[in-house]
Amino acid sequence: MAVKSYIDAIREAMDLALEKDDDVIIFGEDVGKNGGVFRATDGLQAKYGEDRVFNTPLAESGIGGMAIGLTTQNYRPIMEIQFFGFLFEVMDSIAGQMARNRFRFNGTRSMPIVVRSPYGGGTKTPEMHADNLEGMVAQIPGIRVVMPANPADAKGLLLSSIASNDPVVFLENLHLYRSLKGEVPEGYYTTPLDKAAIAREGDYISIISYGGGVPVALKAAEELSKNGISAEVLDLRTVSPLDIQSIGETVAKTGRVVVVQEAQRMAGVGAAVMSEISERFILSLKAPIGRVAAPDSVYPFGQAENDWMIKSDDVVAKVMEVVNYD
Amino acid sequence: MADITATNKQILDFNYQLTAQADSFPTLSVLDNTGKIVDNEAFERAELSNDDLINILKRMILSRQLDIRSTKLAKQGRFGFFAPTAGQEASQMASSYAFTDDDWLMPGYRDIPQIVMKGWPIWKAILWSRGHVLGNVYTTEDDKPVNSWMPQIIIGAQYVEAAGIGLGLKKRKKNAVVYAYTGDGGTSQGDFYEGINFAGAYHANAVFFVQNNGYAISTPRAVQTAAPHLAAKGWAAGLPSLVVDGNDPIAVYLASKEARSWAVNGNGPVLIETITNRLEAHSTAGDDPLRYRTKDDIEEWWEKEPLIRMRKLLQDQGIWNEKQEDDYVKEVNQLIDDQIKIADNVDKQKISNFIKNTLEVPSQAMKEQIAKFESEGK
Repeated sequence: MAVKSYIDAIREAMDLALEKDDDVIIFGEDVGKNGGVFRATDGLQAKYGEDRVFNTPLAESGIGGMAIGLTTQNYRPIMEIQFFGFLFEVMDSIAGQMARNRFRFNGTRSMPIVVRSPYGGGTKTPEMHADNLEGMVAQIPGIRVVMPANPADAKGLLLSSIASNDPVVFLENLHLYRSLKGEVPEGYYTTPLDKAAIAREGDYISIISYGGGVPVALKAAEELSKNGISAEVLDLRTVSPLDIQSIGETVAKTGRVVVVQEAQRMAGVGAAVMSEISERFILSLKAPIGRVAAPDSVYPFGQAENDWMIKSDDVVAKVMEVVNYD
Repeated sequence: MADITATNKQILDFNYQLTAQADSFPTLSVLDNTGKIVDNEAFERAELSNDDLINILKRMILSRQLDIRSTKLAKQGRFGFFAPTAGQEASQMASSYAFTDDDWLMPGYRDIPQIVMKGWPIWKAILWSRGHVLGNVYTTEDDKPVNSWMPQIIIGAQYVEAAGIGLGLKKRKKNAVVYAYTGDGGTSQGDFYEGINFAGAYHANAVFFVQNNGYAISTPRAVQTAAPHLAAKGWAAGLPSLVVDGNDPIAVYLASKEARSWAVNGNGPVLIETITNRLEAHSTAGDDPLRYRTKDDIEEWWEKEPLIRMRKLLQDQGIWNEKQEDDYVKEVNQLIDDQIKIADNVDKQKISNFIKNTLEVPSQAMKEQIAKFESEGK
């Protein structure tokens, strides 16, 4: 298997999807000649033409509405929202319209739309660009939120998302785009949605994370192993809906849990994981659940990101707290 | 002070700018308030046969009767949410007459009659109004697909979605367009502009209607925007944009037919502002128009309402009489009664069904909830 970057895996998935199915089309701000501001669609317009990969006017609600309309003509749109901080501009199309349409039409119409967007931070973008708003979208019924943590999953999960008849918000960690590389299988393959993966086996404590939190958790697990603590890392992969079964299995195995997210503590996904564990698996726990999250402030200005974002040391410290509870 | 060239002087003449905006949109008109043809050439250009003229009038009568009966039933608590349509029959029925079954309709919440014209049975319209999901299954009584979406509540959302449908139709090279409706209030939403701008940029197969009925709930047109013509907003996106007498069925039909022809031939979208008036309340849910407008104003518009002039036109042509109208009104009312009975007998909605229709592939938590509600018969 070839070693590829996270963004190359994403581009490869879109290339394969365009090749496989003529109904797949890609549009967004600057996705054409420019290949997207992060070059995720680089070369795709040249290969598949302006009819299938094209720029839009700079208006996010228009992009979302257009995707919805195109489904009536049996297209499978992949729409790019250039930065997740621009989500609010397209919120009605996502939350008010596409997420509700299967329900509204009594199951007679589908919304096979993928909303791709880079999220997270650590690259010192201007304000309103970096953000971790996944908790907000994860609370919308009728939509999936998929957040890959490595290149192989990024490719397989994106191909599954494109094949899905349900709308998917597919979030790409902008810090990992070029900093993370990994082995990626060749050719077309899919990685199942709604299914978590064990990123590292362990038996003493479970670190449950997703997206950009997973590499942080894996680094912490490596540190902990030097102190003789065997940590299992569960990568949720799809954060809405949650894979409750896999969460239950790791909790039953280790009896100790730390939930890790890059988003602010008050923002959603980690809290949902903790509440499922509390409701279903509390008797498996040997200690209270620990949580590592960013501070409850507005996403910070670029110069403060390094201080603000979670680090593997935070995870190690939280694990030690949980481990030392008894 | 140095002099300035004539051109630059004109550019900096802000008063001229305002005058030019106000003067740039003459109103398309074929009939006067009494149904007399005021532009014979335009009437000929509409190419409406006697059957067409009768059909348009029949659609308008059906719409009016549906309005009267729905309002009555809503007062008895038997209908549900209803946005009265009286006064807008020409804007709604004569415009939709220009489109085909293959065209896609994107309606606002007041545009129920246009969806019915596409084959959506009235009993489904009643279910939509009552808040029953079966009202949103867009098939005819004999199970043919109806190319329409549900009445949109977010007043600009159908515009951005219409841009997508119009682009899709163009890309698929279909001999069809999308036609979308909003009101004067709808033109204030950002999605209105994003929709027409996207459709314009892609030369999409789309016709956009703005039914300027004078009021967005209680906000009068004059407070909505400083723009002297709502059609001018179409110019901002590069669209041919028309102002039409919205109570003149022939003018509305002519504009719609020509706009459709322009759009379907790959020239891009058209925007049509119809000047009409909502003669009744915003909705049957407690709105009292006399809190924000006068009786005199309403009465004045009743004299200009579209049914009077269409009926008069057809009577003058010798193709319609009172007996025909009475018979048709009876027929329509019987139809509505029958449709209410069908709606009354539809099964209650089930919570388990809601969850099943939220995602095609349900999650573990959803499966658990489906099983629980099914075991309770819900």
